[in-house]
Amino acid sequence: MNTQFNKDSYLSMELLRFTTAGSVDDGKSTLIGRLLLDCKAIFEDQLEAVEATSKRRGFDHLDLSLVTDGLKAEREQGITIDVAYRYFATPKRKFIIADTPGHIQYTRNMITGASTANLAIILVDARKGVVEQTNRHSFIASLLGIPHVVVCINKMDLVDYNQDVFEQIVSEYKKLSSKLDVKDVQFIPISALKGDNVVERSENMEWYQGSSLLYQLEHVHITGDENHIDCRFPVQYVIRPQQDKFHDYRGYAGRIASGIFKPGDKVKILPSGFTSEITSIGLFEQGEFRELQEAFSPQSVSITLDTDLDISRGDMIVRENNIPNIGQDIEMMICWLNEKKLVPGGKYALKHTTKEARCVIKEVRYRVDINTFHRDEINKEIGMNDIGRVLIRTTVPLFYDSYRKNRTTGSLILIDEATNETVGAGIII
Amino acid sequence: MQYYHISHLHQLESEAIYIIREVAARFERPVMLFSGGKDSIVMTHLAFKAFYPARIPFPLLHIDTGHNFPETLEFRDNLAKELGVNLEVRYVQDSINKGKAVEEKGTNASRNLLQITTLLDALEELKVDAAMGGARRDEEKARAKERFFSHRDEFGQWDPKNQRPELWNLFNSRRHSGEHFRVFPLSNWTELDIWQYIAIEKIKMPSLYFSHNRDCVKRDNMILAYSEHLNLRESEKHEMMRVRFRTIGDMTCTGAVLSPAKTIDDIILEVAASRITERGGRADDKRSDTAMEDRKKSGYF
Repeated sequence: MNTQFNKDSYLSMELLRFTTAGSVDDGKSTLIGRLLLDCKAIFEDQLEAVEATSKRRGFDHLDLSLVTDGLKAEREQGITIDVAYRYFATPKRKFIIADTPGHIQYTRNMITGASTANLAIILVDARKGVVEQTNRHSFIASLLGIPHVVVCINKMDLVDYNQDVFEQIVSEYKKLSSKLDVKDVQFIPISALKGDNVVERSENMEWYQGSSLLYQLEHVHITGDENHIDCRFPVQYVIRPQQDKFHDYRGYAGRIASGIFKPGDKVKILPSGFTSEITSIGLFEQGEFRELQEAFSPQSVSITLDTDLDISRGDMIVRENNIPNIGQDIEMMICWLNEKKLVPGGKYALKHTTKEARCVIKEVRYRVDINTFHRDEINKEIGMNDIGRVLIRTTVPLFYDSYRKNRTTGSLILIDEATNETVGAGIII
Repeated sequence: MQYYHISHLHQLESEAIYIIREVAARFERPVMLFSGGKDSIVMTHLAFKAFYPARIPFPLLHIDTGHNFPETLEFRDNLAKELGVNLEVRYVQDSINKGKAVEEKGTNASRNLLQITTLLDALEELKVDAAMGGARRDEEKARAKERFFSHRDEFGQWDPKNQRPELWNLFNSRRHSGEHFRVFPLSNWTELDIWQYIAIEKIKMPSLYFSHNRDCVKRDNMILAYSEHLNLRESEKHEMMRVRFRTIGDMTCTGAVLSPAKTIDDIILEVAASRITERGGRADDKRSDTAMEDRKKSGYF
């Protein structure tokens, strides 16, 4: 793999965040180890440490999972208990892997990893086909709105690289995904251990006409993943320099959630409802303050307006003719992350975009069995790793969109006010 | 239709600025930890951008081991002056004088661990509720699982098994009194990203990062700068070498590499082709396989 970079290439390199979910034996760690090793993201000193530990434990092969297991407790027990982030790059893209354990008791970690991913790799063991865990991982990818899914049918070497086995699993998976909302699904037959179709196309599977996994990761079209239609700018911080030179400067700083903003745009401020016009969108770059012709998600900028308004953190700047939902009664799917169960009627602190508020759980509609997708309306108890549908009422109106349309304005977290722990992840319907 | 897309470096920049602004908005008394190394220089640069044209609304805090390269201290003072930011310095020597920390003995003696005491005292004295640091997840395996907003108890300790889940870009900054947060805006950056960003933003860097002649000592496959703080073993001698530093920390445990790289572009090529991690040259990590995790739990950077 070519690791030479030049300035032109690294300024046009894109960033792809992907998540991998899998259990101990499905080859997830081997696959990640293989990607890192073949893309030269494992350094000599790391490799030496892994070799030494593998030897000490009496393994006759290199245990690549040791590369990805960070914490002492994990290495002692040989399991991954938390989300670990890995980095590698090719001349085309930089990759961030959210490496999460796949067992049901770690659903919350999978959700965390999936929340920011552009792509999910779902591993299926060629000998076992679609299993309960495949359902679970696919459900989470769908719920968290991951735009691209790559199903890797792994361990093809153990089924003699048989095309029928692959086709059978593809059709099983299509049956399953028809019940879910996943837009872009690709299937690749691989062997992570042997390296077939991971970085290079395999010579053992001539019948497979598609690309290798790495090629897929490098080329999947991700620019369409951002919402460039609905203009939403949650105000994060108000910049007011107390200096004579910038006496009247009042900049609204934040990260564009969605849409494209331009100077001259007529905008509306929520919640006040006042209208104004954008005078400048600024970004300090290469030693000077530059005014941008336009800005879009996910850029962090500061915006100035032509009228002096009382705007503060938690407010939102939107276009006059395209405003989000404004309301206090919100229907959402909730993923529960804490050992203390969700309390119907309970009150929680809430964070949504740059706004903080409180809410009460008005009603639990149902709990979903994420292995069968069955909706349980009788046993509606929502504990750690459970997912359900709830109605909440907030203390102040939120400015929100459905998560399907907007991952930033459609998501929120719940916080236990006594322990300050993050207990729930909300996906607005 | 136009192609609306930003490069990976601008994505990382935008994320870091978002996090730095989030800290300024949600904490009463944040500080930004400054070590004089490339990561903290980049982080300071991002803070400057985040609030421009206003000044950086929190101080920089440097924990000085007393074993710093003179170049680091000069660079630090100039940078603070240029950016118009307040600089707080606390000294490990003061902790030693007060009897709160005890100097290590022997040829491998380092003040690296002693910094923890000085750092925690400084955070308490300045009533800091959020300390931003330039640590990156790719540096070390214990850091791969660190959160952006990392909660610390009233003893400054990190509990890796009980971390708050972090979803989307919604950061939970709630804390009980006496507790604080460590925040890592550069979590997702790699060493190569840092150098590429320095190149495109034309950020000034200390001369230590570029190839120069220096009096050095070879020890356990490492090259250490020779100075009055380094206790020589009997068989060791110091000699001039053509080196540069990949990380900059305490003089007694920061390893140099033989390198002809004179410009930032040279460094980028060198880093891209390098087969040894940058912390491979740090004696402080070599003490044991879990040296970093153990230090982090007790309140390290």
